[in-house]
Amino acid sequence: MSLLQVTDLAVHFGGVKAVDGVSFDVEEGEVFSIIGPNGAGKSTIFNLISRLYEPTRGSILFNGEELSNRPAHAVADLGIARTFQNIELFDHSTVLDNLLMGRHGHRATNWVQDLLFLPKVRTEERAHRQKVEEVMEFLELEAYRDKMIAGLPYGVRKVVEIGRALAMGPKLILLDEPASGLSVEESQDVAFWIEDMRRDMGLSVLMVEHDMRLVTQVSDRVLAVANGRSLALGSAAEVQNDPEVQAAYLGSDSFLAAEEGVA
Amino acid sequence: MRVVFKTSYDKDIDLHPDWWDRGKIAALLVLMALLPFLVGEYYLAEATNTLIWALAGMGLMVLVGHSGQVSLGHAAFMAIGAYVDAGLMTAGVPWIIAFPLAGLAAGCFGALVAIPAVRMSGIYLAIATLALFVIVEEMIIILEPLTGGVGGMFAPSIMLFGIDFDRYASLSNFYWLVLVVVSLVTWAYANLLRSPTGRSFLAVRDSEVSARALGINVTRTKAVVFGLSCGVTGLAGALMGHFISFFNYELFSIFISINLLLVVTIGGLGFIQGAFFGAILITAVPQMIAILRDGLNATVGIDLGSVPGLDTLIFAVILVGFIIYEPTGLYGRWLKMRAYVQLFPLARRDMFRRQKTYLKTERMR
Repeated sequence: MSLLQVTDLAVHFGGVKAVDGVSFDVEEGEVFSIIGPNGAGKSTIFNLISRLYEPTRGSILFNGEELSNRPAHAVADLGIARTFQNIELFDHSTVLDNLLMGRHGHRATNWVQDLLFLPKVRTEERAHRQKVEEVMEFLELEAYRDKMIAGLPYGVRKVVEIGRALAMGPKLILLDEPASGLSVEESQDVAFWIEDMRRDMGLSVLMVEHDMRLVTQVSDRVLAVANGRSLALGSAAEVQNDPEVQAAYLGSDSFLAAEEGVA
Repeated sequence: MRVVFKTSYDKDIDLHPDWWDRGKIAALLVLMALLPFLVGEYYLAEATNTLIWALAGMGLMVLVGHSGQVSLGHAAFMAIGAYVDAGLMTAGVPWIIAFPLAGLAAGCFGALVAIPAVRMSGIYLAIATLALFVIVEEMIIILEPLTGGVGGMFAPSIMLFGIDFDRYASLSNFYWLVLVVVSLVTWAYANLLRSPTGRSFLAVRDSEVSARALGINVTRTKAVVFGLSCGVTGLAGALMGHFISFFNYELFSIFISINLLLVVTIGGLGFIQGAFFGAILITAVPQMIAILRDGLNATVGIDLGSVPGLDTLIFAVILVGFIIYEPTGLYGRWLKMRAYVQLFPLARRDMFRRQKTYLKTERMR
């Protein structure tokens, strides 16, 4: 059975069919990329998986468990971590604290114990810190440990967000445009990290990305979407050579005609 | 400049990294404990008042400064604390039980506010809490058999282990009692901020969306925040009741709510120390105005006693000044001055310049 099974997923905002019947599945230990032109519904699929939107129809199964029955905050408990396209970090906290917030799902103390700072809280804190330091070492964030997010450059923030997701200790990590706004060197780093996540940490990666070089380099399979529908599914090369995908990106008479037909 | 060398994770987890910092806190505590021997009755009463305000300020600080919620109704929770405490004590319950129950009552009531707070934010939440304040005020008047209605009620004097803690008969004892309560709450507050619960408050403040994605139950977090905040404010209200001795609903007016907001914003949002700085300002300024007014009257012969609303005007000017020139508050200013001295002569003028960020507009709501 696949790790993540998305079947006939759709969400309509009034008349706008942001996602309209998309199906795919992500195998364990796979890097799966979703590509598509702007407004295709890529990020919306992510938001449906992390339960920020209520799907109009369709199902999302993770490890055989239906996600639609869970509130947004209970998705993380299953082992799904995510990053955001427009960086949603906690700006007025340090990098260390941001990563520690990623450990929230693993907390074993309640607020009363926290208020009294019982010895158990300290033991837990040490364990969380250990895990966070491992993530920092992996992403080479040590130099920024005690820096406030608000003062950090964009590229570093992107990495911190990946770090926060990794600190959660997930099974599946959703990366929403991890390389957007990064330099060539930085996105090369991202490619290596994705490789390592899969190989060394045994993670499955679901990624939305525009940078085709990165997508080709790391993806096992690629799904192309446009106008909320899936166009093609296969290896990066197959999808890139698909005439429908090319039409969706570059435009063609037949595609435009089809668009008008939909409208 | 002193540099703390971190040799274990515990250095970051501990409240104070080394003996120098611990020593400073210990010195401050000793000074505060010895205050009754150092100053007269008048200033000791003022110090007590300041500590009570700082306690209430810490209550609101955790809400406004650390979890980004707002409340114009905190006077209501002070009132609940005061009335529950005085009511229970009148019924014969000893203070040591009545006092925590007063905090608990205010806290439970506050946690209920979280239900609308999950759906509202900013100005809407402010108006909702204001409405709550009006309801509580009316309830106090209506429940006359319990609260004494418009006539008010008397807070019985505190007896503990046969020692008298009455505010008039033995002010020093009452001051020490308040100091112990404030110290304990400060300690618990500091613990909160270094634990997962405190971090979840910050997460909810800065980005609810990603808080959810990290597995933080935003609804529950807000309930805990409101509960803790209102509970501590209730404790402050109970002490305020004992401090004033005889009070009615007018003691806990809307101006108390606004003054509390002043305490946290002028003191410095997001810092425990801010609550104390703000409390000192809010209690000292009226006294200073009074002293200046008397001085002017005696020396130059200008009588400002007949000018109504002078205090309010000065407060307003101070608040506006802070919001424009020093949004980080008194504590923020203190940090900057300290950095200047520590780095002297290397401090740069632009070191604390606020950065504009353009990333926020596209954020998800």
